[in-house]
Amino acid sequence: MSYTGWIILTASLVGLTCGLIGVFLILRKMAMMADAISHTVLLGIVIAYLITNELNGPHMLVGALLAGLLTAVLIQWLQTFNIQQDAAIGIVFTTLFAIGVVLIATSVGNAHLDVQHALMGEITFIPFNTITLPLVGNVPQATAMLIIVFFIVLFFILVFYKEWKITSFDPALAASLGIPVLLMHYLFMSLVSLTTVASFDAVGAIMVVAMLITPAASAYLWTDKLSIMLVLSGSFGVISAILGYYLAAWIDTSISGSMAFATGIVFLVSFIFSPTHGLIGKYIKPVKG
Amino acid sequence: MWSILLNSNTQWVMVSTMILGVASGLIGCFAYWKRQSLMSDALAHASLPGVIIAFLIFREKNLFILIIGAAISALIGAFFIQWIRSSTRITEDTAMGMILSIFYGLGIMLLTVANRSAGGNQSGLDSFIYGQAASMVRSDVMTMLILALLVIFVVFAGLKEWKIYLFDPEFAKGQGLSLKGMDTLYTAVLVTTIVIGIQAVGVILMAALLIIPPVSSNYWTNSFKTMLLLSAFFGGMAGIGGTIISAFGSGWPTGPFIVIIASGLFVISLVFGKEKGILINYLYFKKDRKRMTYEKKDGILQSRGAK
Amino acid sequence: MDDAIIKVNHLAASYRRNTVLHDVSFEIQPGSLTGIVGPNGAGKSTLIKTMLHLHPPLKGSVRFFGLPFKKVKKRIGYVPQRGSVDWEFPTNALDVVTMGLYGQIGWLKNPSNLHKKKAYEALDKMGMANYANRQISQLSGGQQQRVFLARALVQDADLYFMDEPLAGVDAATEVAIMTILKDLKDSGKTVMVVHHDLQTVKGYFDHVLLLNRTVISHGKTNDVYTKENIAKTYGGDLRWMREEQTHVVHSIE
Repeated sequence: MSYTGWIILTASLVGLTCGLIGVFLILRKMAMMADAISHTVLLGIVIAYLITNELNGPHMLVGALLAGLLTAVLIQWLQTFNIQQDAAIGIVFTTLFAIGVVLIATSVGNAHLDVQHALMGEITFIPFNTITLPLVGNVPQATAMLIIVFFIVLFFILVFYKEWKITSFDPALAASLGIPVLLMHYLFMSLVSLTTVASFDAVGAIMVVAMLITPAASAYLWTDKLSIMLVLSGSFGVISAILGYYLAAWIDTSISGSMAFATGIVFLVSFIFSPTHGLIGKYIKPVKG
Repeated sequence: MWSILLNSNTQWVMVSTMILGVASGLIGCFAYWKRQSLMSDALAHASLPGVIIAFLIFREKNLFILIIGAAISALIGAFFIQWIRSSTRITEDTAMGMILSIFYGLGIMLLTVANRSAGGNQSGLDSFIYGQAASMVRSDVMTMLILALLVIFVVFAGLKEWKIYLFDPEFAKGQGLSLKGMDTLYTAVLVTTIVIGIQAVGVILMAALLIIPPVSSNYWTNSFKTMLLLSAFFGGMAGIGGTIISAFGSGWPTGPFIVIIASGLFVISLVFGKEKGILINYLYFKKDRKRMTYEKKDGILQSRGAK
Repeated sequence: MDDAIIKVNHLAASYRRNTVLHDVSFEIQPGSLTGIVGPNGAGKSTLIKTMLHLHPPLKGSVRFFGLPFKKVKKRIGYVPQRGSVDWEFPTNALDVVTMGLYGQIGWLKNPSNLHKKKAYEALDKMGMANYANRQISQLSGGQQQRVFLARALVQDADLYFMDEPLAGVDAATEVAIMTILKDLKDSGKTVMVVHHDLQTVKGYFDHVLLLNRTVISHGKTNDVYTKENIAKTYGGDLRWMREEQTHVVHSIE
């Protein structure tokens, strides 16, 4: 595949995976939790690097997964001390992120890891770092990781579809029916962490938040059906990724920044034109009682 | 090594980060009581494109101009969050997450363009992301100091008005206080505090300085005024401490160190806090348990008797 | 009596440092329809939540059919407060009712047509068949509450706990819900309902549990629901109590 082809495929995978998981993020009212995890995953990667001195797939995945879970547990724990949820999120992620940045700035030095890279993502380098897989041949490492994570996410969403639905809509009923709500919460946080770290190389820590939240929020304006919302959100993610790539190529700037910005364009279009929840729809069809 | 600290520029920078910490500690309390802690995070990120656009237009790194740009951009972000929340089914936290990341993405797009253009790379615009107090020159320090003192003045001048506005807005309205006016003033001081902080602490971590000190002070007191003062004290300590530590290494960012000190103070408060700390709660719990076990014994006797 | 279906012994629960429930003990007979009545903050919802393990107890024990909660989960139906969920969730009325069957369907399986048919029948019973495919945010408060009731019906439990099912609903819905509750009772089910409106207690419930942090009085409505007991539950301030009577119906938006 061509150089551009790989980049577009990778970006689309980011959009697709983030779009799917994002739907449940916003329905579970955890948009800012994604923001928190996307920051703290940095600490996980730095620590994994400090321990193993390697910077490749599996180590990063494990490090990020642990950091993501640690974030979720800490936030949950702080809330038991009567701290408002948003304050708890704010405390945990800024602290862990600050530790991550300090570790990079002081001890890791300018080895492979620099903050810039981790935060901005550098999708243009992705095609150069390949691994050889049986049958398919040379595949960029980040792309292979994203494919795996995409299937993991898809698998868990499909297999536990009705459990995600009920624990998101009515956790109290879910618990009374014997569904392990807390376990599902941590499983979900693990999926978010995996998605975040796999998207890291491509879009970096903060722009991944845009990919996670915005396509899902846009889809939320178009439909009242969960299954359709998932399909739409995934599609919006892919569209934003491709749109962002060409936008960046056109004005010659950061691809990850453009991708985040492109999700905003998709949202703006939804915000204006959605027949049921958009601005125009509201003008044409006055709200009925 | 200590000579760095005796350097007059470092001293000025220290004074300004301290005052910044004090101002954020105070405004953070307001945000905390309005349950808008993460709003400050969203606004800090949303200020980035404004900084870069101001630079691209005026082609110079004058902190005052950049702050104006940052403030406009943050206010546009706040307006969008409000608009999305009120006119769609999308909740506030989702709207904040969206605006935060989209504006930040736009900021990075523009930053890449600015860095490519001549002189951009030397402009030190990158320091707005992680915060680099050491890169501040005398005029920057002055700008920051004046604005921070202004914020502190606004807080203390209307202390009792702020108190009823935060605690019971409806009552405040009854007292003839204009809620719209207070809302505007609140947003103005919040945005001012955020934008003067981004040079020293950075857009990503600025929110920490607004979120952590108020929560910490909450563990020590039940009085509004004491909470404000303590929060200001914690913020100021974090500002000084972070600046001192980051001065020891060349190119060490200030923001993360300030945050780590603030978190350290938080952990101390969480454990030892006089009002709601873990230790004091544990002692209460133990007392409670003791009472409960006695009752339990009674209970078992009773239920046996019933059978 | 040994045939009690629910036995609560010295139950206590707290939020942080505040003890909300203290030494709560009572027994419920099968086939009864009990109203849990008490002032705001008396721990009515907390009592239900603690009994169903949705809130940790400080001490005490709860037994259903002589067994702990975990063993009889499937025989218990719970209707949370309407305000506890986000009605903007992208789903329709039929789907919400089907959720009541998720426990029976089990992991890894999707609801079948049979399950959907069951759910539809429950909606029909609540007079909501025409709204099966309606997005839930487009339903009125009363209709939403009927959907919740239908979801409880579909669980086909032996024991029901309902948290303020009559709060903020229209008169027609109130009648419909009370008819269903009486049907449930007549078919031998046991129902406990958190209730707010003091004036309707006598007409609606055959048993009443007056609660204010602990059980003030519990028994047959005719025996227990006296002026003295109500005054005791509400702190003896009758003027305030009358106020409660008039505004409680609207207190939950």
